Amino acid sequence: MHPARSLILFTTLSGLGFGLMIWLGLGLPRVTGWQAFGGYLIAFALAGTGLISSVFHLGRPERALRAFTQWRSSWLSREAWLAVLALTLNGLYALTAMSGAPVAPLGWLGALAALATVGATSMIYAQIKAVPRWHHWTTPALFLSLALAGGAMIAGQGTLGLIGLAVAGVVQVLAWRGGDTRLAETGTDLGTATGLGAIGSVRAFEPPHTGGNYLTHEMIHVVGRKHAAKLRRIGAALALAVPAVVILLGLPPLAALVHLAGVLVLRWLFFAEAEHVVGLYYGKR
Amino acid sequence: MTDLPATTDRKLGLVIDLDTCVGCHACVIACKGWNTEAYGAPLSDDDPYGAAPEGAFLNRVHSYEVTPETGPAQLVHFPKSCLHCEDAPCVTVCPTGASYKRSEDGIVLVNESACIGCGLCAWACPYGARELDPSEHVMKKCTLCVDRIYNENLPEEDREPACVRTCPAGARHFGDFADPESNVSQLVAERGGIELMPEQGTKPVNRYLPPRPKDQIDVLAPLLEPVAQDARGFLGWLDRTLERL
Repeated sequence: MHPARSLILFTTLSGLGFGLMIWLGLGLPRVTGWQAFGGYLIAFALAGTGLISSVFHLGRPERALRAFTQWRSSWLSREAWLAVLALTLNGLYALTAMSGAPVAPLGWLGALAALATVGATSMIYAQIKAVPRWHHWTTPALFLSLALAGGAMIAGQGTLGLIGLAVAGVVQVLAWRGGDTRLAETGTDLGTATGLGAIGSVRAFEPPHTGGNYLTHEMIHVVGRKHAAKLRRIGAALALAVPAVVILLGLPPLAALVHLAGVLVLRWLFFAEAEHVVGLYYGKR
Repeated sequence: MTDLPATTDRKLGLVIDLDTCVGCHACVIACKGWNTEAYGAPLSDDDPYGAAPEGAFLNRVHSYEVTPETGPAQLVHFPKSCLHCEDAPCVTVCPTGASYKRSEDGIVLVNESACIGCGLCAWACPYGARELDPSEHVMKKCTLCVDRIYNENLPEEDREPACVRTCPAGARHFGDFADPESNVSQLVAERGGIELMPEQGTKPVNRYLPPRPKDQIDVLAPLLEPVAQDARGFLGWLDRTLERL
């Protein structure tokens, strides 16, 4: 899949922002007054920047409000509703916290809504059966654990950050190991794609056109896979290993900055490494 | 609502005969021609006369080489457009309701004025049947020429999809798969019509007829003996005379 900048920024930044809201809402740490203002400013800036950059992925952003209509069937629509709900609940809780009298249940509801928003974001990808690498429980697990770990670090919660990083590390390794073979495991190949597999081995002989098209630009991204192994190591180091060391040195917020850079690399790979089965029709992966 | 209808009254779709298709791309051009001036936004092109021309098409013809375990390889031309799946994943992912499947005939359509161009439906489609228009930025897909098949302003023979109407080889057939007596249902039954990527669980309506085995020409060879068995005139006398020698 094409690693679109708007989507990498959206999933990374909103994940961190909502992750921070989860911990602040749970009272970890319990913030009031100017501390609450500062904490929620960072959370809203991250989530807001992420959500705004997602709009740049739309062909017709002026119609974006229509995305709220199909929450019964569409994860993208659910995500839009949950994001608004999370921002509203956390905004209200932030106001009570700033006034010095935080209403704890409001914070818990806000935390739950923020968690659900990250979950819905991840389901947009996990639901796509045509991208076998994404169509797996590790996709929501990875999005949620990275959001929780990143949020905990910004919130200055060293221990929670370490636990989050450890979980995210295990899930990331599982996602890579399983993901590398999942396309082959689905049984989908050029033989089933064309239905000609019963006759013999099928090879793409001639594409329909000499140039590219929307499908080849959007679904078939092969350039980034060249350095995938190196980028996995760089991403894992920046997102997981280095922040863990920095937390142990007693600087969780600094760890969060390194983590952010690493998650951007991991998220770039999340898209770049994902193979859409339509690539088979073009003799590519 | 982007929920799928539980059942559709009819299941309109195409049968594409891979044995007959000659790969001329006439269906591609007929499709582009009709759909650029009829339903919805025109199918635009990017840099059409420049160095890297590209554009939105609803139908494209691939070519594949198939090599059996024994025997020679064969070339198969493979037109591909929307399969109007019964369990269309492109419809349920749509956040705006722009993407829908009609309960009366099963055609999958896009309401372009409600499309936000997020591209999620194109991601959800395993077949690459949807393309975002490069200038309108809305999703385009095969409409099964919904503006032809019911169009009473057209002569009756033109009330079928443009690709079917134009195919010079007769490799494309249009009909109702819900009716077991229809032309398409019978073709599928006779020739063992195939579903593309059945493991994706999309239940596509369109079917492809596999190429006939090429080596069966030997079975037919006896039938291809000279038709004129009773030579007359000078050749007949020569034949009889030589026969007697």
